[in-house]
Amino acid sequence: MTITDDPSTDTDPASGVIGSRLLRKEDPVLLTGEAVFTNDMVVPGALFMAVLRSPYAHAKIVSIDTSAAAELAGVRAVYTGADLTDLWAAPMPCAWPVTDDMANPAHHPIATDTVNYVGDGVAVVLADTDAIAHDAIDMIDVTYDPMEAVTDLEDALSDRVLVHESLGTNSSYTWNLLVEETDGAVQQAFDAAAHTVSERYVQQRLIPMAMEPRAVVAVPQPFGGDLTLYTSTQIPHVLKVMVAVTLGVPEHQLRVVAPAVGGGFGAKLDVYAEELLCVALARKLGGPVRWNETRSENTVSSIHGRGQIQHIELAADSNGKLTAVRVRLTADMGAYLQLITPGIPILGAFLYAGVYDLPKAYDFSCTGVFTTLTPTDAYRGAGRPEATYAIERAMDALAREVGVDPLELRRRNFIRPEQYPYEAFTGLVYDSGEHDKAATVAADLIDYAGVRERQATQNVEGATKRLGLGVSSYFEMCGLAPSRVLASLNYSAGGWEAATVRILPTGKVQVVTGTTPHGQGHETSWSMIVADKLGMDPADVDVLHSDTTIAPLGMDTYGSRSLPVGGVAVSMACDKVIEKAKQIAAHQMEANVDDLELVDGEFRVAGTPSKSTPLAAIAFAAFTAHDLPDGVEPNLEAQVTYDPPNFSWPFGTHMCLVEVDTETGDVDVLRYVAVDDCGNQVNPLIVEGQVHGGVIQGLAQALYERADYDSDGNLRTSTLADYLVPAASDVPPITIGHSVTPSPTNSLGVKGVGEAGTIGSAPAVMNAVVDALSGLGVRNVEMPASPNTVWNAIASASQSTDTSHSTSGGQL
Amino acid sequence: MEITVTVNGTQHTHDVEPRTLLVQYVREHVGLTGTNIGCDTSSCGACSLHMNGEAVKSCTVLAVQADGADVRTIEGMADADGTLHPMQQAFMENHGLQCGYCTPGMVMAATSLLEENPNPTEDDVRIGLEGNLCRCTGYHNIVKSVLAAASASA
Repeated sequence: MTITDDPSTDTDPASGVIGSRLLRKEDPVLLTGEAVFTNDMVVPGALFMAVLRSPYAHAKIVSIDTSAAAELAGVRAVYTGADLTDLWAAPMPCAWPVTDDMANPAHHPIATDTVNYVGDGVAVVLADTDAIAHDAIDMIDVTYDPMEAVTDLEDALSDRVLVHESLGTNSSYTWNLLVEETDGAVQQAFDAAAHTVSERYVQQRLIPMAMEPRAVVAVPQPFGGDLTLYTSTQIPHVLKVMVAVTLGVPEHQLRVVAPAVGGGFGAKLDVYAEELLCVALARKLGGPVRWNETRSENTVSSIHGRGQIQHIELAADSNGKLTAVRVRLTADMGAYLQLITPGIPILGAFLYAGVYDLPKAYDFSCTGVFTTLTPTDAYRGAGRPEATYAIERAMDALAREVGVDPLELRRRNFIRPEQYPYEAFTGLVYDSGEHDKAATVAADLIDYAGVRERQATQNVEGATKRLGLGVSSYFEMCGLAPSRVLASLNYSAGGWEAATVRILPTGKVQVVTGTTPHGQGHETSWSMIVADKLGMDPADVDVLHSDTTIAPLGMDTYGSRSLPVGGVAVSMACDKVIEKAKQIAAHQMEANVDDLELVDGEFRVAGTPSKSTPLAAIAFAAFTAHDLPDGVEPNLEAQVTYDPPNFSWPFGTHMCLVEVDTETGDVDVLRYVAVDDCGNQVNPLIVEGQVHGGVIQGLAQALYERADYDSDGNLRTSTLADYLVPAASDVPPITIGHSVTPSPTNSLGVKGVGEAGTIGSAPAVMNAVVDALSGLGVRNVEMPASPNTVWNAIASASQSTDTSHSTSGGQL
Repeated sequence: MEITVTVNGTQHTHDVEPRTLLVQYVREHVGLTGTNIGCDTSSCGACSLHMNGEAVKSCTVLAVQADGADVRTIEGMADADGTLHPMQQAFMENHGLQCGYCTPGMVMAATSLLEENPNPTEDDVRIGLEGNLCRCTGYHNIVKSVLAAASASA
């Protein structure tokens, strides 16, 4: 059963522990090397697995000779895909069949006859050491019959070369969302528009690149039948179900543990071949099997993000007020559909009108297409940064078309505070927002008017250092999610979250959460929520998580859901445990339940402050159970499973000031301002950290990163020496502004924040770059805006007699 | 090959394969897993530790090259009584870490940086740490932590 949260029990963020900058309790173990990541685990007798991966993007496997590898001392087993077909009860899961007719090729953890991307596994070795296992895979001789690669999305759509011949097409699905007040409203709006813009943007493929590569340890109990899977994952709970289904393992004998996890960013929100291989082989051989991903493997064998070609058209009246939005997306699935691959662009489908008041005139269509590249899936923001990028870049284009300042155009279109709660054209209800306020805070921080004046004097004809100011206003749409909404989108799971609050006999508290933190600080924040509710020290609260035996119920951590769903569940479990304690206290204090209040950790009788009993004493009484009221069970524990009534809608405005050197194409970010309104903040220290990291990930997409493939499907950026994750010296400090608009949909008034920075930043940076160069006729620069790309954009704009639309770059 | 290495004040003698990297040695032979591995191209700095008083990426050093060396890992930074090293304390107070995977290497590189330059500017810190990658923090609070540690010891 799920229960509803009552927002009327408002928590005042100004009082108590909530809202303070408490230092993280996670830190000491991480700072001292005491934390145990998966590959730190010592597992006696474990065999190390190494995976031989295809060097071809598309090829038939003709033959595999494993004999030399098998003879190497220390090698215990070598298997090809054909050797293991009996181990798979079902293909690898895709939990989001977005349309009824979605094409989804069967995908098993190891290829048998065809490889479909560089990195596809073709054989595995199990050996006594990691080094021997890697030596041995180099001794396996595979004969391939290469086929043509398909790396370009528009080429893939033509079906000139089929990735999966049996499907007869490279299109996996086409998903449409047409919302019109009356039939034909979108076209009528475009026909009647005073201004229109039509833009094409490319979301390059990105590599998520959590600093900890993946690692897996599967420990079976051959006679007992239990099996424990330790893995660097964001989703132990989801994974447990999926492993059971995919391998036919009895779920009740399966335990999944995510030890310390070194970042995820969506890339560890998946069910991976190596997890299934380790479990299957551990069961087959009756002993532990482990695998450590190398970074060079990670870049091809863990999912990629983004990968879209976006066409967006806006229609507006003479004041620049939006009257219709039309979007056509082509989304790169890669070679296979991983856990939620097809749904990622659909998550963005609701956000292509941004934070703007749009009538029911919206036409969205997305086609998912297969290529012979690493599968894509969720990467920080997952569909929403892409959507925000398109609308925010297009709003700047519209501002140029209308002839108004980009910030002014946004202000004319913002959903106004009095319109909240706001039922959007999609039918979704936005909870709260003060967009103009957030934009004003950002504008003041960056000295918007002053910068515009500086631009007027600096960006003169012949100037080689040109200032650009970029604005981006956004919604995050997070807190995945109301289960019924997920059902309407064909998503195969719910969006609830579970929490247990257990007051121990000595008064200390254990919290069990179904969220799976991997850097977000849930142990600290959840402790603060409990401390605030129960009137105790956060140090007296321990938060248990990420182990399906300790925390059997959970939907894990992704989509900025942990606080607005999991944190709220913790708060509700506190309320529930207090209610139980109150019954015991009333019985023991001989008072009326309704007269009791919990203040500073003790029950007091209203109006008689001298009469009090500490909560800890009630906990001990509940433990001994010597004197409980009739019908009250011993022990003090409450569990809640909470299904949120709505997404939460954080919002904000980011502004970026750049100086572009037109002679070198170098972009220097001079100032970055982020105003993110995520409702009430449990711990501003943690919130700011999330924003900082998110902003730089978005800025990295704008300026540095691209999974760069050649036309044969070889990844040219397969190491951290080639793929430009920015270093400290490559990025600016970030100025954070504040605006707090509580969410009315939950009792904590909170929204999510994990993805906000990433959603807001790429368009802010790119709008700034284009703004700097607009005087030179540049209208678009593709990401990443490397010096070369920027220089070429300037050069082609200056060569063009028609400077209305200049594009450069564009490779995914 | 037999090597003797002093790690965090304790002398260890092991027979290692010549190809063993120093990071593999401290993790797999000495059993100190606080030093992390984040890449295979000496790009990320997660494996930074101190060898003879200087920060090195321990994936660029063969264990046999460390024969006779004095090595300090993240496990050797805090005092035995549990008091964190001032750099660790600064990272904690300034939220200079999130997932914590780059953190041991970052702390080792940062302490070495301050030994060379006790009063760095923000730019000095950013440039000094460019060999250490972090995906969580955007570096903002890492830089703040290092500057705080510098002023605390000034």
